[in-house]
Amino acid sequence: MVERTPIFNAICQIVLFIGLLTVLLPFVIVIVAATHDIRAVNTVPMSMVPGSELFTNLHEAWVRADLGRKLLNSFLFAGTVAAGKVLLSSMAAFAIVYFRFPGRMLMFWLIFITLMLPLEVRIVPTYAVAANALAPFQAILNITGITWLIQTVSGLQVKLEWGLLNSYTGLILPLVATATGTFLYRQFYLTVPDELAEAAKMDGSGPVRFFVDILFPLSKPNMIALFTIMFVWSWNQYLWPMLITTDPNFGIAVTQLKHLIPSEFGLPDWNVAMAGTLIIMAPPLIVVILMQRWFVRGLISTEK
Amino acid sequence: MSSIAIKGVKKAYAKNAVVHGVDLEIATGEFIVILGPSGCGKSTLLRMIAGLEDISGGEIWIDGKLVNKMEPRARGCAMVFQNYALYPHMTVAENIGYALKVAGVPKAERMKRVAATAKVVGLEAFLDRRPAALSGGQRQRVAMGRAIVREPKVFLFDEPLSNLDAKLRVAMRAEIRRLHRRLGATSVFVTHDQTEAMTLGDRLVVMNGGRIEQVGTPAEVYNRPATRFVANFVGSPSMNLMEGSIDRHGVFVYDEQRRIPLPGAIDARLVGHKVTLGVRAEAARLVAAGTPGSLPATVDFIEELGAGRVVHTDFDGLSFAVALSDPAAFETGDTVGVMIDPADVHLFSAESGARINALAQLPPVPVAS
Repeated sequence: MVERTPIFNAICQIVLFIGLLTVLLPFVIVIVAATHDIRAVNTVPMSMVPGSELFTNLHEAWVRADLGRKLLNSFLFAGTVAAGKVLLSSMAAFAIVYFRFPGRMLMFWLIFITLMLPLEVRIVPTYAVAANALAPFQAILNITGITWLIQTVSGLQVKLEWGLLNSYTGLILPLVATATGTFLYRQFYLTVPDELAEAAKMDGSGPVRFFVDILFPLSKPNMIALFTIMFVWSWNQYLWPMLITTDPNFGIAVTQLKHLIPSEFGLPDWNVAMAGTLIIMAPPLIVVILMQRWFVRGLISTEK
Repeated sequence: MSSIAIKGVKKAYAKNAVVHGVDLEIATGEFIVILGPSGCGKSTLLRMIAGLEDISGGEIWIDGKLVNKMEPRARGCAMVFQNYALYPHMTVAENIGYALKVAGVPKAERMKRVAATAKVVGLEAFLDRRPAALSGGQRQRVAMGRAIVREPKVFLFDEPLSNLDAKLRVAMRAEIRRLHRRLGATSVFVTHDQTEAMTLGDRLVVMNGGRIEQVGTPAEVYNRPATRFVANFVGSPSMNLMEGSIDRHGVFVYDEQRRIPLPGAIDARLVGHKVTLGVRAEAARLVAAGTPGSLPATVDFIEELGAGRVVHTDFDGLSFAVALSDPAAFETGDTVGVMIDPADVHLFSAESGARINALAQLPPVPVAS
């Protein structure tokens, strides 16, 4: 139903405008504050007229927070997580939609309920696993008595260990699984006509070939949408990177922001903090702007 | 040697049987049309031949090989789907050449064969287009090209024309026929459209409720329907069917006023039995009311078809169609007489629906009791 009356239109415009202001105001403050010097930024109220110190502040933030290295880490981290999510969820959904195996629906629901268990909820056990990725297998061996068996027979103590703390693997791997992505892909696959799979079968292509040659290219808009969302999500991760990396070499930009925020008794140079914020929030913004056209198409999934 | 042999093939989903033991032999190079209403199991049968459905019972042999457990790609069949199932992200050339690519045919040869195929189906000018930029008829051609390029032993068509408009359908029908004559590959074509079936098939297989009702040439199926179902399903307008009984003089009695003498010797066992009598609308004539030997009727409505017309008459509640080639001299509500030549009637058992060959030139057959 589409209502078109001048009054209703006006109300809509006003509501939207207020919403826009609410969203944009913090950005404006960040940008303006990043251009002031330390005195101007601490004046109450802060002047909304931009100052002239933008590049000085940007440079200061860049150097102080070692942003070169940290941004690179962030790109690596967010890019790999997003790409991994796309790959893993497309394959998981492929298995669930196109193969008939026992426990298929159970599998789907198991993946689906992990939506209710975000990282923040299971952070302690996830950390434990990351500390030694083979711990669950060790536990299985211990419980089933295989460890004991091997020890009695050969005298060797089985001790599996693979630590992921302070590594890119540890930073990335635990975040790659995604129920949202799997669900998005599943919905996409369900819109692909069955005949396409059958035609591919008649043409002689096996499941892997069908996935690579037909499903994957067809899911391009979907892929880009998922990548964009997940890139922004990963870029903004804070808790997990902070927990798993104590070595500054593996630190990412968002956690690094903390080092720019003035401490209680330090110099209140908010202008530098805001300049750092400006640098750090730019990449996801650019990704969203670049991908926007595809992104929208992927989410509404038009069928031609 | 037969190209495809189907022996007692059954299909059941869970406990729901959809194909109950079908036997069929298809000769090499033959064009077989499987005709039937929706839900009769015709597509399922085709998909079992293709290998897209498991076979619940029986055997399917293609080219002397038992294919029950064979993967679709190993069976040497190509299939044209109802909605074409073109790969939307590939160009026409890529669509046609995909099977070859999968089979590992080198690029140069692939291009050559794609070009040759495109010529056969008249798509040379469209090789670089995507399916979305093609019309329905062109997409249909791509689907056929995709089947042809592999040079399969068997072509399977699953209602390929039903998404086209009437005019294009006629054109594509002719094209498929021409193509078959040229390639000579065994073809199995599934449709619910009897005109398609009649015009395309060397032989028709009429299916109903998961069973084969009749196998025969289009003329056989039309002129000597094996069952009441076939009689009713094949032909447009469909055959007029009247329930009645045979008296001891060998006369079919529908009601007091409507009797039709039957020619030839009547099997004595039929006397007094309930039978169904069928007359094609084209075989009946309209005469003035009260003409001796005619059946009294009233004109219900007239369908004008351009070349001819179909007069729907009413036998006190039973609709009876008569096809005329001359302009109708009657109007709705008129009382008329329907003249039926006894030589043109078909008799079917009222219980089993099977044809009763009671006409003089044919030996009588016992009716299933």
